Amino acid sequence: MLAMLGSGFLVSLQIFFLTLLGSLPLGLVVAFGRMSTFKPLSLLVQFYISIMRGTPLMLQLMVVYYVPYFGFGVSMGDGYRFTATIIAFIINYSAYFAEIYRSGIQSIPRGQYEASGVLGYSQAQTFFIVIFPQVVKRILPPVTNEVITLVKDTSLSFVLSVPEMFTTARAIAAAQKAMTSFVVAGVFYYLFNLVVAAAMNLFEKKMSYYHE
Amino acid sequence: MNSPANTPRQVKGPARAAIGNLERAAASSPAQTDSPAQENAAPLLSLEHIRKSFDDVCVLQDISVQVSKGEVLAVIGPSGSGKSTLLRCATLLESFESGRLSYGDLVIAEDNAQGQAVYASKHVQKQARARFGLVFQNFNLFPHFTVMRNIASAPMRVQRRPKEEVHEQARALLAKMGLSGKEDMMPCELSGGQQQRVAIARALALNPEVLFFDEPTSALDPELTWEVLTVIRNLAAEHMTMVIVTHEMFFARDVADRIIFMEDGAIVEEGRASDLINDPRHQRTKAFLSTYAAKR
Repeated sequence: MLAMLGSGFLVSLQIFFLTLLGSLPLGLVVAFGRMSTFKPLSLLVQFYISIMRGTPLMLQLMVVYYVPYFGFGVSMGDGYRFTATIIAFIINYSAYFAEIYRSGIQSIPRGQYEASGVLGYSQAQTFFIVIFPQVVKRILPPVTNEVITLVKDTSLSFVLSVPEMFTTARAIAAAQKAMTSFVVAGVFYYLFNLVVAAAMNLFEKKMSYYHE
Repeated sequence: MNSPANTPRQVKGPARAAIGNLERAAASSPAQTDSPAQENAAPLLSLEHIRKSFDDVCVLQDISVQVSKGEVLAVIGPSGSGKSTLLRCATLLESFESGRLSYGDLVIAEDNAQGQAVYASKHVQKQARARFGLVFQNFNLFPHFTVMRNIASAPMRVQRRPKEEVHEQARALLAKMGLSGKEDMMPCELSGGQQQRVAIARALALNPEVLFFDEPTSALDPELTWEVLTVIRNLAAEHMTMVIVTHEMFFARDVADRIIFMEDGAIVEEGRASDLINDPRHQRTKAFLSTYAAKR
């Protein structure tokens, strides 16, 4: 049972890391879209964020999975289950991260932009040299929250029968007519989140070399 | 708009600073004629007939100011008089609706036929930014950079100067600011006065032709104010061209060559520093200075 849950856990880890890899950068792009002075773009992005936050992630997983077939009549291979999971997670988490980035970016005092402008920095330099490093420090606590939620949310991909840890635990429980596998899976999730929290804590400490 | 009070006074009495005084007196004379002799002494900074309003409230009405090389100009006036806005217009942090702004031969904005200010290209604005520095009221140091990086970052990344040279200059500037040995400290580890001196060093590291100060001591305790004012005084003694918006009347009198008193977005009185503070002509200047003296 442990071996099966272990391999399921590896799939969960894949979902976890691939989602972060995709949604952390994409969230920044979405945040820029949201803050764009070009109204149509900003409104479109606001609509996207409201859909992502306003509907269940489980539903989004199913929509992403079924859209190619029911929408376009294209039947994807079995491997698409995993791909659909990653796509759904990335577009969902990008929306949340975008709002976190936005709150961070907007919390940086205007004087930082003004000082950068007077010193001659370009807009890109201002953002990447001056603003973004400060944003990272400010948004770490809410990002930690999202990341921990993501660990648990990976279990939602059971609706697409992706063989991650929760799907595996369910299968074992059904076969054994016992809930031991659920308890073990729960312990796995908890321990992993302990590691995540500790890592984020370390990161926060690293960023405390200055305060404002 | 052009009340008689706008006309600078004639220079009288002994000169405060011996060197360059004639030059300054000539450059700050009211007659801005087109004679060839004056063209050579084109002002470092020239603001002409600047008008600006926020939501229909006029904050700058027909302001004209010239600053020539080596001159120290102080701008005083009550809160909301438009002095900070004027400085923010000169440093391109705000735009104005009509008028002309130039740095030497570089024209940043000029009226079109309809009398609306049209700004020059981003490229020209960038060139202009290289000519001035600005010291903010609340320092605006980069909190995540060490003192050294605060000073050296822009010269290296914007002016693309070599690290060794920039660091050497930065250390020299820190020494001048009385901050030797603070290179590796973070701004949050410094007092307000120290932070403001780092900010001055940061502005000077880009070798600006003119340095603006926007109420540089307003966020500081009195005992910290003194150390910042001393630094500015020393810069004045070196004939650094400066425009200082300040509430420190006696400092303005001592350090500036010329003072402008502003109220309600207009220049009420302009003149030699000691004259304007010691012997103001205009009733509103007198009233302002007397309330100031009463508060001391």
